[in-house]
Amino acid sequence: MPFSTEKESLNLIRRHKKAKLFARFCALVTWSGVLLLAVLLYQVSVDGFRWLDWQFIESFPSRFPDRAGVKSALVGTIWLIIMVALISIPVGVSTALYLEEFVGKGKIAKIIEVNIANLAGVPSIVYGILGLAVFVRFMDLERSLISGALTMSLLILPVIIIASREAIKTVPMSIRDAALSLGATRWQTTWSHVLPASFPGIMTGVILALSRAIGETAPLIMIGALTFVAFLPEGPMDSFTALPIQIYNWVSRPQEEFHELAAAGIIILLLVLLIMNSAAIFIRSKTERRLK
Amino acid sequence: MNVAQEMLESKAVVKAKKKSIIELKDVSIYYDEERAVNNVSFKIRRNKITAIIGPSGCGKSTLLRALNRMNDFVEGARVEGEVLFSRDNLYGKDVDPVEVRRRIGMVFQKPNPFPKSIYNNISWGPEINGYQGSTDELVERPLKQAALWEEVQHRLHEPALNLSGGQQQRLCIARALAMEPEVLLMDEPCSALDPISTAHIEDLLFQLKSRYTIVIVTHNMQQASRISDYTAFMEMGDLIEFNVTRRIFTRPAIARTEEYVTGRFG
Repeated sequence: MPFSTEKESLNLIRRHKKAKLFARFCALVTWSGVLLLAVLLYQVSVDGFRWLDWQFIESFPSRFPDRAGVKSALVGTIWLIIMVALISIPVGVSTALYLEEFVGKGKIAKIIEVNIANLAGVPSIVYGILGLAVFVRFMDLERSLISGALTMSLLILPVIIIASREAIKTVPMSIRDAALSLGATRWQTTWSHVLPASFPGIMTGVILALSRAIGETAPLIMIGALTFVAFLPEGPMDSFTALPIQIYNWVSRPQEEFHELAAAGIIILLLVLLIMNSAAIFIRSKTERRLK
Repeated sequence: MNVAQEMLESKAVVKAKKKSIIELKDVSIYYDEERAVNNVSFKIRRNKITAIIGPSGCGKSTLLRALNRMNDFVEGARVEGEVLFSRDNLYGKDVDPVEVRRRIGMVFQKPNPFPKSIYNNISWGPEINGYQGSTDELVERPLKQAALWEEVQHRLHEPALNLSGGQQQRLCIARALAMEPEVLLMDEPCSALDPISTAHIEDLLFQLKSRYTIVIVTHNMQQASRISDYTAFMEMGDLIEFNVTRRIFTRPAIARTEEYVTGRFG
């Protein structure tokens, strides 16, 4: 090889080999994950595809597999997403802003930080128990959408707060300096500069958290969402069911047809997730371009 | 320099003292328990350029940020002593730091335009301070003062981040000027710029002098000697010497100053 002695070039070859090996390892891990997901999707599609039609979306649950559908569960899930978003986004983002922009880096902030991180790891069933005790029983909200939404909001708040804080941290100090040196208050600085600059990151965290909420079953079962609902909720105080509960219900029945209905329900759930994530990516790319 | 000139100059000093706009009185600044600035006292004259020079870490930027209370945002920073601004202490009890920063503007080391349009960069400050009236005029004046108008007048609504580094820094100056501050603080405003952009900004400072008082921190001694009327030399948090710039660079009273300005250390 030009420029180098034999020893040097041997060393170089070894280093290149190592790099290649590592890249291959990463590729292997990535693709095995993708493969697993593909198998899952394939299995679900094979089982559930023949049940997927307009009738399936438009029908209430039924004892007869032919007539059963996800209407009430789908509507319940949409209600739930919207209510959880309305509750958790303002609370979560405000908390993150407060912790990052206003409270400073003292001991109290550290304590709160550790606690939030811990809360993010608490099993969802525990939130269900909490929701049952506080919202359903103590606050007397009954087994309603609002109880479910509040419980789910508690569950995902830590994730939203942590993700929002990380996004806010990436806003360069120099932007804050610029605004503050013009005689802006902390609030004006935050609202006009810090929040817009961290918006894409916050959105990502929020959507990830909401996606998690959609898939959660345990807390809803705990607070007593219904499993057989033949009506649509009309307000936050109505009782409800949701997609994961409907799926869970179908899976636990003995008949094969219901298992296939569960697969079809999973496809619907995945579609809802897909729509939400695409929306998130769209919003992100849109706002990121504007900032550049 | 002959004696007559010196006398003239010292007369000018006496006269200028009466026209000081900011007076530092025994200012000490701490970061937690560490003292970064040590009992500094001097006066900043109206419509003059005052340079603060000294080796890295001597406390000159810290001192500058104390003049418009930007240190309030630094965790654990504490200021002792008095900074009198038109006879009121900036650190007095009933002083609102937001009002202080509106009247004493600042330009930073690295150009830091907002990720918005050129137009919005200028108009944002006056808008949040309740400015009412034609914003077009509002945007034109500071851009002209900052000698940027010719270059950007046809693309005011383009993103400010598309400008070159030197243009961005002039935009930041214009943004500060839009607030019509009484004093303009500049923290090494040319250190991230090429020599041509630097020359542009130095020319600009000369022109701005008639309307504004400028305090500039610089590590570039040629720059300080070229543009400033007064120079403060700091070292390890102490003010070593403060005088008219020509004295500091030709016949400083203190040996340390001479060693520094002639490049024998630091």
